[in-house]
Amino acid sequence: MTSPNSYDTESTQAGKANVANEMRVAVVGGGVAGLTCAHAFAQRGARVTLIERRAATGQGCSWFAGGMLAPWCERESAEPLIAELGFESLDYWRRTVPDVPQEGSLVLAPPRDLPDLKRFSRRTEGYEWIDGARIAALEPDLEGRFDQGLFFPTEAHLEPRKALAALTTKLTGEFGVRMAYESDVVDDESSLTADADIVVDCRGLAARDRLADLRGVKGEMLVLFTREIALKRPVRMLHPRIPVYVVPRGDGHFMIGATSIENDERGRVTGRSMLELLSAVYQLHPAFGEAEITEIGADVRPAFPDNLPRIRKRGRTIYVNGLYRHGFLAAPALARRAAEVAFEGAYFPEVMDEDRREW
Amino acid sequence: MDAMNMNAGTPGADPLEFYGTQVSSRLLLGTAQYPSPAILADAIRASGSQIVTVSLRRESGVSKAGQSFWSLIKDLGVKVLPNTAGCKTVKEAVTTAQMARELFGTPWVKLEVIGEDDTLQPDVFGLVEAARILCRDGFEVFPYTTEDLVVAEKLVSAGCEVLMPWGAPIGSGRGLNNPYGLRSMRAHFPRIPLVVDAGIGLPSHAAAAMELGYDAVLLNTAVAKAGDPARMARAFARAIEAGREAFVADPMEARDMAAPSTPVMGRAVLAD
Repeated sequence: MTSPNSYDTESTQAGKANVANEMRVAVVGGGVAGLTCAHAFAQRGARVTLIERRAATGQGCSWFAGGMLAPWCERESAEPLIAELGFESLDYWRRTVPDVPQEGSLVLAPPRDLPDLKRFSRRTEGYEWIDGARIAALEPDLEGRFDQGLFFPTEAHLEPRKALAALTTKLTGEFGVRMAYESDVVDDESSLTADADIVVDCRGLAARDRLADLRGVKGEMLVLFTREIALKRPVRMLHPRIPVYVVPRGDGHFMIGATSIENDERGRVTGRSMLELLSAVYQLHPAFGEAEITEIGADVRPAFPDNLPRIRKRGRTIYVNGLYRHGFLAAPALARRAAEVAFEGAYFPEVMDEDRREW
Repeated sequence: MDAMNMNAGTPGADPLEFYGTQVSSRLLLGTAQYPSPAILADAIRASGSQIVTVSLRRESGVSKAGQSFWSLIKDLGVKVLPNTAGCKTVKEAVTTAQMARELFGTPWVKLEVIGEDDTLQPDVFGLVEAARILCRDGFEVFPYTTEDLVVAEKLVSAGCEVLMPWGAPIGSGRGLNNPYGLRSMRAHFPRIPLVVDAGIGLPSHAAAAMELGYDAVLLNTAVAKAGDPARMARAFARAIEAGREAFVADPMEARDMAAPSTPVMGRAVLAD
């Protein structure tokens, strides 16, 4: 801990009194997991270097995220743990980055798929059944299109790209986190991580070299631009085969997502996926049919077999991974836990399946 | 805890044969739409199922990108029945079947040629044609069909040794829409393994299919979309076993009038 190195010299020059107690942390990966971990460690006084193989943060699968902070909606298909992490994370984002509208979420289904809406409601809480008039009051542009829906008033959403950019600025400014871009660190002996006390590995699917049970789940999305319709909040449309969500990004932009396909193929967007997403969103409102496609994208989410995230500590490395479809929903809560694991030797059975307490 | 495996290989067992492969479980399980691969694995184990269907149209992507999902399934030690789900033409179905054979190393294929999007009803014309091509090419075809007897005859003459009529449209969970048609089919094909495929929503539906004398039931959504898939899989396994036992036990005939189970005449009259 006290062996001399360049960082120590730097901070001694800065005149910090607690230099000996400063933990040197290398966070590897600048997605939502890496950035929130860097934040959690830096908040506790660690000297953090964030190593990212691309030229900026948030360029991996976080780039394509929906940014829905919807623990209750996710409760329909995910384990209770995700909702639990989600409540904590929702609170984190509202405190940490600007522009996290808490407008709730709306879940709708075409009349023929009402059984799916009922099923959805049975699996979760935190909603109210609303009728057509209430739907129109919440989202005037959806007036007359749906007779029933579920409204989750406490949920929120954010723009993932803006949120991660804001967090990056905060980290480098307020917390003095050092960014090492275009550095690909896989090897613990490499110079960037060599003198770190703790390495926090947030590389997502790239960490498959160390975490053999990780797999990729492909997701495709698109962004539409139209002035013909405005939405205040994310809307989910249920469908037995093609569930779709629309997240308003402001200024006429709407993020449409997302497919979930069991393969680890990066970047290839298929015609069928676009056809399905677009036809589903067209059913929500025909204006989307006339909208301009401003972006299409695809990436691969890292997931463990139960689709639940993990923290694993092996030696001085802490892995935070397997966030699956729940990056923004789970990352801050995991980051807080990872920091407590590092600083206090805490143990969180809900996310730590390898209990190695040899440290 | 696995009732199905208790039967396997024991005397008096009631095995079922598909193209020369014996299985003891009469529940075939689809692998789509589960909340996670771990829950899918739990459901398969709880079901005692020995055959699972796998769709490869979507997952395959390019260059076998879906390998990790498939290896999770292979690791469960079950036999994989690849399907051609979502194929709408003969050509698509044949190509998909060939890809499946290469990927999974099995001649088995569940043949689906879908004719109509709203009902996902099989296109029986394309189905027969694709079955003919695939059987000639050495495939062992499990055709997803309707209860139409003429179509079934043509599938059999194309070389199919299993028939899989629908109970109701895929994913509808409505049960057996046409019990009369299914009963006729059983009577018409007493020796061909018949599997009710699609439309099953509840264990009682599956039990009803087995009571009609069907050899097995194939289902997916009813388990995958249940709140507790593993538990529902176990419920189906038990219902299918009960239905099969009932069929083999030769159930009584229903009648219009009451028939006392103890004789009325000669009953002892007890003074009170």
